[in-house]
Amino acid sequence: MLLKTNSMRWAGLFAAMLLLLVLMSFSIVYGYTDTTWKMAIDAFTQFDGSNEHIIIQSVRLPRALIAAAVGASLAIAGVLLQTLTKNPLAAPEIFGINAGAGFAVVITVTLFSISNLQVFTWVSFLGAAVSFIFVYIIGSIGREGLTPMKLTLAGAAMSAMFASMTQGFLVINETALEQVLFWLAGSVSGRKLETLTAVLPYLLAGWILSLILAGKLNVLSMGEDVAKGLGLKTGLLKLGAGIVIVLLSGGAVAVAGPIGFLGIVIPHLTRAVVGIDHRWVIPYAGLLGGMLLLIADIASRYIIMPQEVPVGVMTAVIGTPFFVYIARRGFNQ
Amino acid sequence: MTAGQAIATKDLTLSYGDTIIINELDLEIPKGEITVFIGGNGCGKSTLLRSIARLLKPKSGAVLLEGEAIAKLSTKDVARKMAILPQSPSAPEGLTVLQLVKQGRYPYQTWLKQWSTEDELKVRNALKATGMEELKDRTVDSLSGGQRQRAWIAMTLAQDTDTILLDEPTTYLDMTHQIEILDLLFELNEKEKRTIVMVLHDLNLSCRYAHNIVAIKDQKVFAQGKPEHVINCGLVKNVFGMECEVTIDPLFGTPLCIPYGKGRCIIKGQGFQG
Repeated sequence: MLLKTNSMRWAGLFAAMLLLLVLMSFSIVYGYTDTTWKMAIDAFTQFDGSNEHIIIQSVRLPRALIAAAVGASLAIAGVLLQTLTKNPLAAPEIFGINAGAGFAVVITVTLFSISNLQVFTWVSFLGAAVSFIFVYIIGSIGREGLTPMKLTLAGAAMSAMFASMTQGFLVINETALEQVLFWLAGSVSGRKLETLTAVLPYLLAGWILSLILAGKLNVLSMGEDVAKGLGLKTGLLKLGAGIVIVLLSGGAVAVAGPIGFLGIVIPHLTRAVVGIDHRWVIPYAGLLGGMLLLIADIASRYIIMPQEVPVGVMTAVIGTPFFVYIARRGFNQ
Repeated sequence: MTAGQAIATKDLTLSYGDTIIINELDLEIPKGEITVFIGGNGCGKSTLLRSIARLLKPKSGAVLLEGEAIAKLSTKDVARKMAILPQSPSAPEGLTVLQLVKQGRYPYQTWLKQWSTEDELKVRNALKATGMEELKDRTVDSLSGGQRQRAWIAMTLAQDTDTILLDEPTTYLDMTHQIEILDLLFELNEKEKRTIVMVLHDLNLSCRYAHNIVAIKDQKVFAQGKPEHVINCGLVKNVFGMECEVTIDPLFGTPLCIPYGKGRCIIKGQGFQG
């Protein structure tokens, strides 16, 4: 653990907030269209309708805000899922959330021939929520209620099912493939600010609720029996955590499509920085998640310029080596 | 029961699915004493302890804690009266002993009252009683088996309850640490008059430390009472299905069970000169 005392953690929290703002401004200033810091400031203080100002206001700003919000939400959802399942590799994409959202989008395109990004937002939110609720219910069947193992197995099964059905639909309908492929790769670009504001209430609720549950999650992490013995209503807490996961990961996938690895990597990174107390892990994971997605998104503009790498690909490229490292460390213990 | 009862069960039936584990049990556990559940593997002694701790819902009947039905009390109220240490608990990686023990104060925390000086005091006392003060900043996973068990016991002590339940607290510990843990629990009972209820596998140590033994067999209590009154060859044969001789522990005078069986018998020759 990097930050050992609470005063260091408070200082770190403010530093991380500051850094997040700095990265957001970088995201606004740097990209394919040449813009300067002065232009960025002018675009908000004395907008002149120039091409650069329009890009800054309607392309770069939404993109920076979306990257920060989506990164934060995925990271916090990952923290909650890892605690709920006691599985260090848990993340939204492993619990059928992304697969469910993807399937819902593909259904919309193939069966209803709708390929509007705004419609995708709600459809994928719905798909993510329905999929996770299924996983949660299947994982809760049986005498002991929701157990980490059953939840993990249910998630894997639902993911596999939705992924195969998605592929099936896409193989049959090639036009649909072209229309949803860019969505399936995950991206924070080309979205209007309204896309974010539409789901922001859900994300905000998820962030606040996760902070409220943080202390109780600490108790739950000591094991179901110990937590019950201490007087924690574990069933209720798990339900609350499940709701937060749906709000955050459903909202994130609705705005940006399926972005992988953030939900796995950030919780581990966060615990290395602040330890395992959820009251610190959750706010830090949110900030670090936002920062990582901003960095990945800025980098994605420069790698094969003038083209852009989808940010979902960037997070996967950064995340995979880390994923392997975590898996190996887990096996060695 | 003159001293009163800490815990009682009324018509308690426990089951896993359709399999009945404990059938219509009426049991009284005396206050301020050490009670040990014994019985063969799978007889239901751990299940009974878990149900007393409200970790397992009964099929029918009730568990009474100080005369009140446990199912009717709020779970936090119960946690302020009774602590449970489950069998081989596992702490999350990186949790320190102090963090672990502090969790014992969870039942006392509310929205308005997060952490008080009393919480601080109880945590300090729990660390002191278990001799964990020096190890409080170590992570639980870095401790030896005996130390780890003491850390968990410290957490249940911080809970500041009159009654402590422990499910096989000495399992996986070597002999030295088994004695260390049982001595610690014995002292807690002696000094602070806490009621201790535990499941133990070692019959001889049970006889040494328990005021009250509950032998469980065939879904009910086969015998209950002071070890010196209930433990004899007949009981061991009945409860464990094992032939043995019961003699007197030369150090403590409590019953000492020596099983028959195979093995090297050297008593007729030179014998062993201890």
